[in-house]
Amino acid sequence: MTTPTSPEFAAITSLKQINREEFVLPGTAICGGCGGLEALRLAAKVIGPKVVYVNAAGCFTLLATFPYTPFKGSWLYTSMASAAAGAQGVRDALDVLMARGKLSESENIDVVVVAGDGSTYDMALSATSGAIFRGVNFWYFCYDNESYGNTGMQMSSATPYGVRTQTTPVGEKARAGTEHGKKDLFEIWRAHRPAYLATVSPRFPIDLTNKFLEAKQRRGPKLFIAHAPCPTGWLYEPELTADYARSAVETGIFALKKAIDGVVTHTYVPRRQIPVEDYLRGQGRYRHLFEPARNTEVIQKIQDQVDRYWAHVHETTGAAR
Amino acid sequence: MNQRQLLTGNAAAAWGARLADVDYIPAFPITPQTEIIELLAQWVANGLMPARFTTMDSEHSMLTAAGAAAATGARVFTATSSQGLLYGFEVLYTIAGWRVPLVLVNVSRALASPITLEADHNDILSARDSGFLQIHAETCQEVLDSILMAYRLAEDQNVMLPLLVNLDGFTLSFTREPVVLPTAEEVAEFLPAYQPRHAFLRGDQPMAQGTAVLGGAPYSYFRYQQHLAQQHALAVHGVVADEFATRFGRRYDLVDQFQLDDADYVLVMSNAMATKGRAAVERWRGQGKSVGLLRLRVLRPFPAAAIATALAGRKAVAVIDQNLAPGLGGITYQEIATALYHEKTRPPVVSIIGGLGGKDISDAEFDVALSDMEHAAAGEAVGGPRLLYIKAEQERMRTLLRIAGKEVVA
Repeated sequence: MTTPTSPEFAAITSLKQINREEFVLPGTAICGGCGGLEALRLAAKVIGPKVVYVNAAGCFTLLATFPYTPFKGSWLYTSMASAAAGAQGVRDALDVLMARGKLSESENIDVVVVAGDGSTYDMALSATSGAIFRGVNFWYFCYDNESYGNTGMQMSSATPYGVRTQTTPVGEKARAGTEHGKKDLFEIWRAHRPAYLATVSPRFPIDLTNKFLEAKQRRGPKLFIAHAPCPTGWLYEPELTADYARSAVETGIFALKKAIDGVVTHTYVPRRQIPVEDYLRGQGRYRHLFEPARNTEVIQKIQDQVDRYWAHVHETTGAAR
Repeated sequence: MNQRQLLTGNAAAAWGARLADVDYIPAFPITPQTEIIELLAQWVANGLMPARFTTMDSEHSMLTAAGAAAATGARVFTATSSQGLLYGFEVLYTIAGWRVPLVLVNVSRALASPITLEADHNDILSARDSGFLQIHAETCQEVLDSILMAYRLAEDQNVMLPLLVNLDGFTLSFTREPVVLPTAEEVAEFLPAYQPRHAFLRGDQPMAQGTAVLGGAPYSYFRYQQHLAQQHALAVHGVVADEFATRFGRRYDLVDQFQLDDADYVLVMSNAMATKGRAAVERWRGQGKSVGLLRLRVLRPFPAAAIATALAGRKAVAVIDQNLAPGLGGITYQEIATALYHEKTRPPVVSIIGGLGGKDISDAEFDVALSDMEHAAAGEAVGGPRLLYIKAEQERMRTLLRIAGKEVVA
């Protein structure tokens, strides 16, 4: 089987090749150390200024607070459940206005949904499925902080097993905190065969940039799940975001991958997979797994999930361990 | 050249969108509205309309796409009904807050539970505080004409609000009436292409729309702007109605007055059932009774002054609400009573509930409304709201309850 490739794009190999211009300017109401905002900042460097960000309710809704906006492009806040439908409306309107000669091609813009995991994994799943099914030519940027973050860290279906949230507290009858496993949105979206689908991490800017560059060559739904370490909700110091973003990938918990027309490629395979404990320890949301006593069973279960995932990857791709 | 055709209310709505030369139609099927979007889909597929038609995944998505397209600068039309309107409900407020001028047709259908198909107005009246303007149509011709007027009204720079046009499910949506179709050229002169000046999305002019506000002061400012815009719409409607009447020979005012000049008693109704109200008025006139009918047409903005002027000084008024606010009564009754409160010669106002879920209103039931008005005019206390329900219907209901195994209290 051959891996489908995108039309030619000039992949970058060094940080110096990343666009120096900023399109998401600083000075917003977003928390210091937000991993999601860093990922969006990097993505915007590829997408550019001729853009409208179509937003769903979540942390990033506070980015554009009247009369300020940090974006060089446009912004449209919609609702929690229907940002992708908003993207459809904008895209359709631009297309029909151009087709009818009411808008010049030079005024055309890219349409980018910006939504958190609470919207994306839960409420907006159906509206987004509809937009992907209809093949809308749009970008979807999900900043995944694995919780309803803006409301103060409640469980979403992106919350991983073993995380303590405000609605999955740890107690005598709930030792793990969150009992469910994280919903596999990548696979749900992949089943729709979007033009481009990828996970990205703010700590892997070259990988991130190349994925956005590659997606830019393709028409149709271009979907991104950005790992978004969240100091406020995950309870760690803001300066450690980069460390947690890196160790999520190096432990194998967050897999960097892409799917072009449904075919998956892992873009970074950790050589020596670090134990998950390295990632879990130090985050307040996992503290109950280590204090007052170590919960080996839950930690092992998390490790097993990760090991099973990568064993399957190596099996199916034949990649050397 | 004007064309006269037999059209259903739904087809008249579709023709309204076609003649308004809309750019975009996001759609989602729901009975009894579906015929509207089917016709539009056919016309787009056959190249008869240069619009884009997209079938969405829900009314919530449909209304979001509609509003977003209008915020991009397109002229947008869409339609729904009942449960669909409620499914997309939060988006109504969102679109109104964006201050974009799209037209949404609602084909009234009573709300679940129990789930049913025929008309009453709890669906459309639930949206009365959303910021949408509302026009309620009685005939198929009025459906078409109201859509054309709706775009002029909504797109006026002093209004810039979305507009709901209401027609009743079944009784109007599926009823064929002769409808005069103006030509596209005539309509284009009355309704030129939409030129967005307030809200649009273009590469060379970035704009942040729908931004958050922090604190009550900016929120109050923006929300109250919608109220001011609605008040402007009262005057703008007059200008639009005058021009429409000049060009097309049909006149539509904020309220519709029938046999009112010398009427002692006034029935207040809305939508298609008002046609039966007119028949009752004519019947009573034949019996020498001085009765007229006031049909509510523009419900938002609420034309309080026009209503007060039409009703002050009468012997009595009966408001027939084809809706029910459980725990309160009829919805428009409250608003009409409020409009009359400061009138020095305010008549007694009787509250009547009729036609829920598409139930018919018979001659005998109209007669009860008149008799209530006569009693009220004589100074007798008339309790309310009164539910119109005839004996045969009650007996039939008892039979159904018996079949369902329920005790029937005699």
